[in-house]
Formats: sequence, C-alpha cells, structure tokens
Amino acid sequence: MACLFFALLLSLFVLYSASGQDFSRIYAQGINVTVALGVMWLGANISPLNLERAARPLYVLGLLLLIGVALFGTISHGARRWLNLGFMQIQPSELMRIAVPMMLAWYFASREGKPSASNFIVGGVLLAIPVALIMKQPDLGTSLLIASSGFYVLFLAGLSWRFLLVASVSLLALMPVFWTLLHDYQRKRIEILFDPTQDPLGAGYHTIQAIIAIGSGGSAGKGWLNGTQTQLDFLPERTTDFIFAVFSEEFGFLGNMLLLTLFSLIIARGLVIASQAQNTFSRLLAGSITLNFFSYAFVNMGMVSGILPVVGVPLPLISYGGTSLVTLYLGFGILMSIHTHKKLVAT
Amino acid sequence: MVAELKNYIHEQYYFRLRLSVAGLLVLSLFALLASRFYYLQIVQYNHYQTLAENNRISLVPTIPNRGLILDKNGVVLAHNFFVYTLEITPAKVKNLENTITELGQLIEVSTLDKKRFKKFREQSHSFESAPIRTHLNEIEAAKFAVNHYRFPGVEIKSRLFRHYPLGKLGSHMVGYIGRINDKDIENLKEDGVYSNYKGSDHIGKSGLEQFYEQQLHGVTGFQQVEIDADGHAVRVLSSNAPVPGDNLILSADSKLQEIAETAFGERRGAMVAINPKTGEVLTYVSQPTFNPNLFVDGIDTENWKLLNESLDKPLINRPLRGIYPPGSTFKPFVALAGLEAGKRNPPFAIQDLGFFMLPGSRHRYRDWKPSGHGIVDMQRAITISCDTFFYGLAMELGIERLTSFVRHFGFGKRSDIDIKGEIEGLLPTPEWKMRRYKQPWYPGETVIVGIGQGYTLTTPLQLAQATAILANNGVAMKPHLVTKIQNGLTGKQEFIPSVVQDRIELNPDNIEIVKRGMIDVTLPGGTAASVGANAGYSIAAKTGTAQVIGIKQNEKYNEHAINERHRDHALFIAFAPAEDPTIALAVIVENGGHGGSAAGPIARKVMDYYLLGKLPAVEPTVVAKPPPANATGTVIPIEEEFHD
Repeated sequence: MACLFFALLLSLFVLYSASGQDFSRIYAQGINVTVALGVMWLGANISPLNLERAARPLYVLGLLLLIGVALFGTISHGARRWLNLGFMQIQPSELMRIAVPMMLAWYFASREGKPSASNFIVGGVLLAIPVALIMKQPDLGTSLLIASSGFYVLFLAGLSWRFLLVASVSLLALMPVFWTLLHDYQRKRIEILFDPTQDPLGAGYHTIQAIIAIGSGGSAGKGWLNGTQTQLDFLPERTTDFIFAVFSEEFGFLGNMLLLTLFSLIIARGLVIASQAQNTFSRLLAGSITLNFFSYAFVNMGMVSGILPVVGVPLPLISYGGTSLVTLYLGFGILMSIHTHKKLVAT
Repeated sequence: MVAELKNYIHEQYYFRLRLSVAGLLVLSLFALLASRFYYLQIVQYNHYQTLAENNRISLVPTIPNRGLILDKNGVVLAHNFFVYTLEITPAKVKNLENTITELGQLIEVSTLDKKRFKKFREQSHSFESAPIRTHLNEIEAAKFAVNHYRFPGVEIKSRLFRHYPLGKLGSHMVGYIGRINDKDIENLKEDGVYSNYKGSDHIGKSGLEQFYEQQLHGVTGFQQVEIDADGHAVRVLSSNAPVPGDNLILSADSKLQEIAETAFGERRGAMVAINPKTGEVLTYVSQPTFNPNLFVDGIDTENWKLLNESLDKPLINRPLRGIYPPGSTFKPFVALAGLEAGKRNPPFAIQDLGFFMLPGSRHRYRDWKPSGHGIVDMQRAITISCDTFFYGLAMELGIERLTSFVRHFGFGKRSDIDIKGEIEGLLPTPEWKMRRYKQPWYPGETVIVGIGQGYTLTTPLQLAQATAILANNGVAMKPHLVTKIQNGLTGKQEFIPSVVQDRIELNPDNIEIVKRGMIDVTLPGGTAASVGANAGYSIAAKTGTAQVIGIKQNEKYNEHAINERHRDHALFIAFAPAEDPTIALAVIVENGGHGGSAAGPIARKVMDYYLLGKLPAVEPTVVAKPPPANATGTVIPIEEEFHD
C-alpha cells in the first residue's frame, strides 16, 4: 500500500514536469486518481465469492459491448474503440482487462484441479474471442495485453510444460513462414517497429527522441523540471505513453532503479497475496492481475527505451489518463479484497 | 475428505511453483530493463549527453528531385527549377508575429503567404523551416541578405518548383501537381508512405503526374544536423541522400500534339490516337485546355473561377470523362457483330426505301437520306452510312447479342489507360434499363442502338480503342501513354511492355468486308471522300454525327436555326495505312455538325504528320464543298413515341 501511494505521488510530480508545469493537468489527474481510489475501495469491498458470481455476466456483457463497438462504434484516430451510449462514451476493451481474467479464473475454478487438455482448449477459446474483437478495432497493444493476462491464468492453472514448449517452438518456427506471407509494406512497418532508425522522420521519431532523453539522463538525472528533451518539446506524447522518458531524463539511472524496485515490491506483494489465497478462483485472479500489472510496466518501459516495438501502452500508476487508471486501481482493489477474505473462504 | 485435502495441498504446492516461475520471469525481465538503462544512462551517457546538450540535433528531410516527363523525342513536358524562398524556423524565433511583421516591412508578404505559412507550420515540427515567401526575385533576396543579422531563425533557401514549359499543350495528359492537402495525407498514410513525404509539399493531382506519383516522387533523404542556438547548422552528423524520382518517357510526340490541338482551333472536343499494334497513345487531346502552371502553387480564386465556370469546361478531361453517343461511328462494330452472327453476309442486300418499320407498327425510323439508298449490301452500307440497313440488322441481332459482342471492343468498360478517373460509358441492356428507369426495354430502342444512338454513350478514348482493336484484327492492346521509365539515379531505361488485353476470335473474311467498307468511306462516293483526297496512303474511316437534343418526328433539323451549343457533335474514326495500320484514332468535335467535314480534316492533319512527317499548310487546306449526300445526320424520334 505504501509503495502504491509513493508511486502515486511520484506520478503527480512527473506529470507536472511533463505537462510543461501545467497545473490543470495535475487537477485533472487528481480527479482521475480520486475516482480511481473510490473504485479501488469498492473493489476491495466486494467479496471474492461475489466476484466469482459476477464473472460470467461481466464477461458476456463485455463481449456484447465489444460486438456493439464493432457494429456501431465511433471512429477516432482511425480506430473503432468507443461506444457512444448517448450520455457517455465507453471503451469496452478496458472492461475486458478485468473481465477476461475473472472469466477464465471462474472457468478453471469450476473445473477444480483437473488441468485436462479440453479445459484448456475451452479456456483458449474464451480468451481468443475478445482478443480477436479488440485486435480488429484495431488496438494491437490492448489485445496483446489482454491475451497475456488470460495466458497468465492458463499458465497458473497448470497448462502443461510440454504444451508451452511445443507452442513456443512452433511459434518460432512459423515466424519465417508468416514473414514470407506478408506484403512488402507490412514487412517494412514491422522492420521499422524493431529498428526505428530506418524511419527517423516517421514512426521512429518517438523512439529516437525518447532514447536520447533516457540516455542523457545519466546516473542521477538532470533534476526535476530540468530535462531539456522534455521541456523543449522534443519528446512527443510525454504526459501519456512516453512519460517514462521524462522520468528517466530528470531522475536518471537511480530514479529508474527506484521505480523498478517500487514495481517489484508491488508485484511481489501481489504474488504473495495470490499464493495465500484460499481458493482457486481467487488465486488465479490475483496472480493474473499482478502479472498483468507487470506486463504493462515492462512493455511500456521496454518500448520507451527501445527494446520493444512501440505499441500504445501506458505506464501503470505514472501515465496520465482516466480509464486505464480506473481499471488498474480496480485490480488493486480486487487484490485487497482477496487478501482480506483469505480466511473467510478457507475450507 | 483426506484425499480432497491432499489434493488441495498438492494443488496449492503446484500453484506456488508456477507462481515462483512467474516471479523469476518478472525479475529477469526487470533485470533486462535495468541493464538496458545501465547501458543507455551509464555506458552511453556521454554520447546521448552530447546529442541532447548541444541539443537541437534536428532531422532535416532532403526532398528528392521529382522525375521529369518527356515526350517520345525527349522534349520536356514537365521539369523542376529552383526558386528562392524565405523560410522561418519557428523553434529558433522568439516572437514569430513580430518577425513576420518586420519582414513584411522589408519584403512584401501577402495575406495569402501568411495563410500558407500557417498551414505549413501546423504540418511540420517546429525545428523544420517553413516558407513565408516563395519566388523571391534577386532584389528581394539581396535586400534580405543585407538585413539577415536582424532576423535570427530566418533564412533564404532554394526550393524546387515544378514547371510545365509547354503550358497548355497536352495539359490533360501530363496533368499537374499541387499542394498536399488533408485528403492526400490520409491517402498517403493509408498506403504507408506518408513518412516519405516529410518535407514534400506537392503531389500529383491529375494526369500522368497523379498516376505515376510513386515513380516520379523519389525517396526522401534526411540529414541529422546539429544546430546552434541561432539555428545555423554546425555540422551534419549523418546523412542519407535522397533518391531522385524516375523520369517518364511517353509515346506521344509534342509536335503531333501541337498539330492536333492547333487543328481544333477554337472548337471544343477530344481526340485520341493509338498505335493499334502496341497500344501506345500517340496524341491525347482535350480541347479547350488549361495552363497547368497555375495549379502548382495553389491556383488563385480569379483564375479558378474563370476555368471552373467557363461554359467550355476546360477542366474536364474529355477523352476519359466526356461521354458522347457514338452515332454512325458505331456502325462498323454493329456490322461485324452481324457478320460474325451469320447475318447479312454477302451477297445479301436490301432495298432501302428511306425508312425502316418494326413489324406491327407504323412508326417510321427514317434514313438520313429521305429517298433511300436503293440496293445496299453490307460493304456499301458502311461506306454510305445507310441507317435503314443497320436498323434492321440491330433488330435481328437483338440487344443482348449486339451489346455483348461490341463490349469486346471496349465499349461500356474502362480501358485501363495510365490516367486516373476514366469512366465506363454505357452499353444499354434491358437489365440496365430496368435497374435505372424501372421500365422494360422496347424493341424501338434496339433499332436505334444499331446506328449508335439511344442510350449508348462512349468516351473518345473508348472509341479510339475500339477503332484500334478493329484495325489490329481483334487483338486488343492495353492503351498506355508511358513507354519507358528512366531511373532517376542510374539513367537506365525500363521499357513498359505492350500488354494484350483480349483476343477476339473473328473471321478474317468478315473483318475484310468491314475494312473495305471503311476504306471506301474516304474514296469518292464515301461520306468522307474529301478526307482521303490526295492522301498518298489509304485511310479506313467512318464518319458519325451525334445528336445533342431530341427532334420530334416530322420536324426538320435545321443546322443554322438552332443554338450553336445544341448543334450535333461531329465524330470521326479512322486508321491508316488501311492495309497495315500504325495509327488508329477517334476525333470528336462538339457541336461541330458533320463528322466528315468538321472532324475528318483534324484526323487527316494528324495522320499526315504521323505517317509522312508532313506539316499542315499554313492556310488550312480548303476542303471541297461536301456533296449534299455527305451528311450522316440521323434523325431519331423522341422517346415516348417508341411505345405506341
């Protein structure tokens, strides 16, 4: 909990710098955080039993909304992600970030202790449908992260090692085949994803500037509000997806280590909660939520520092943005609930 | 119970094992990140420190030279030249508004310039320079050079501008480039080539400039430049040279184009000439034309209004988008359809009394010659353009058989020429009419399709292509304007191969009959005898007249009494030398009256130059007064009278 609040405080400071010392952004984020904390409190007060009951309806609702998006969704920035309900806009893929692990956790809990192949096939299908729908929006980043959150459940539920081995080997083997099937321009795009210097004026621009920001931060950083890359407008998207570059530039290697430690502590705590949980549903869900938090952190820092392709994924706890923050804190709320209820459901 | 508990403990043990594996994964990936940070922030610190500290390394795109467009003989139709521009780098200027105002006191800066500058700024990074003025003259450039010290962040640059040295000549073919707009950007992004247009501000908008945009544009290079606080480049860190665009070499000859356009004079219309053996387009005329240079830097409102609102519609690309009833030029194709279907083969002949009647109807479809032509066989029917003959033939063939045959000649479909925007024209069928008008097809409508009237509509390009296919004995070559693409870097030429689009199975005897009939058209007694006079080579041709407004039954068509714009369109198709054609063409003169006398001479001048290298006489050759029988005007009844 302490780690969480420390990260939160940190986030507001970084955001202040990233937004060009604009207080209105801080207020807005403050409101987001307040709402998110409220949601976390709510989440913490729902018992895992109720969560387990809610899994199926929530999943079905999410699927329906996703289909609704595919049919009637509003298009912005070339992607169809939002559903206009008349009074508000919602992004059903965010709901699925929680609903998918819940559904899978429920499914495996209901077939307790029998990690049979058919169960995993059903699990795989339950996962594949929402992932495919989100990928079509198109929102590659979110769909991959939801896929990974579902995969964590499968893994923790005992997906056989042999299958994992076979799957990863065959995936690697199929890569070249897949590659030859692509169009030239599609290949080019993928090449640029992995090597931004090929297109320094276009897609690679973000990454190059971000790497310069990180590298020039040095061991102790340039100091808060002193990042030249940040303050001189060289960094794009610096309050959202690329906020980590701002942090790195101003707080340096030491700051990065601190952040990694903070994240590690949060993850460690989550894994401990998962291991202490007393029924299958709770522990699968807790494990998945925690590891998913890790995915977000790793993918974001990886892409900003240039070791992963750029996909639109925010840095958890730090990036500006409302919906993703709410989902994140709801996850933490659920973790707390699982923690407090561990004795109540003990057999 | 015990088993269950045991199972439970086992499961929990197993779960924890998995959890620790995941934990290890987390740790190792975080370690990977940490080592990446270590590498960037500790090992490579100095490198990135320099980049960020001296800062302002800026990426400057270097725009490639756009490829040239040359005619068959290397005459330049489109090229680039350098123009001085005054450019501001917004990131280097403290107060942009003041700077612009002060510049305005030194050098004239119009509101249009300011608007353009604003647009430029919105589209580029603040460390990229944007032009506030273009086309600076020497005096203005010198004036600024003296005062340069007062304006940090402002400099004189030279940018390439597109220029069309021949101006109005062939402008519909060459097309023009214009400023990239939001729609273009969207398309470029969709095609995944937008980053290649960083720095480019022009793009092909019409004609060949548009169709061959990808080849002409080239690949944008870039320089990583280190810049000091005043915005001067200190040194180039790395650079990547731009690759110039490819040059286009056409099959058209600008001299031939000039002869054709001059032959039109003030008249409106279109002409396309094709080499039937290769599909190479030899001339591509759309009259009147416009000056493409007006569009390069954004056309001003005054000129735009003039062009856009003119009744002559100079902006319409007539060969591709002008649609006209083919009139009697349709007859050779109907004739071939008949012969191939086994109808009207020699020695079959009709007795023409000057009109045709459908069985059970008293409505008279009149021939253009009220008294009739007497005994007419197929070959003669073409030569004298006998309407009665083709009314009957069309009726007997039926609309479906007729249209499905002539469709092979390219009517009612796109030719796939290398200019965008082609329209399909129209070959009417009963299904089409049902869809379009919710009405059944009437037999009378088939009758008039036989003489190229009714709903039938073709573009000049289609008519030329159909003529070329006929000239080439049924082998359809894909029409194309560009024959060679020259690599902008190596100068190596790549030939665009001729492509066979279709091979129509035709009986050589039938082709011979139609061609003979068409050759006789330009011999004494034919409808275009004057066109063939003293040619020195044989011409196969067909005249045509397309009605602009419907004329009631029993009403006389009086050429002089009606408004000029309601006069008939004159059409003319031809190929030569008739025995072994190397040129096939179609000419349309809007409201020109008779095909033989209005459109024929234009075709003759083009063929003379193409085949013999003969320039037209300074005084236009006086065409012998056409005999009264030279008319091919057909009078068709208006629609409602069909269903009586």
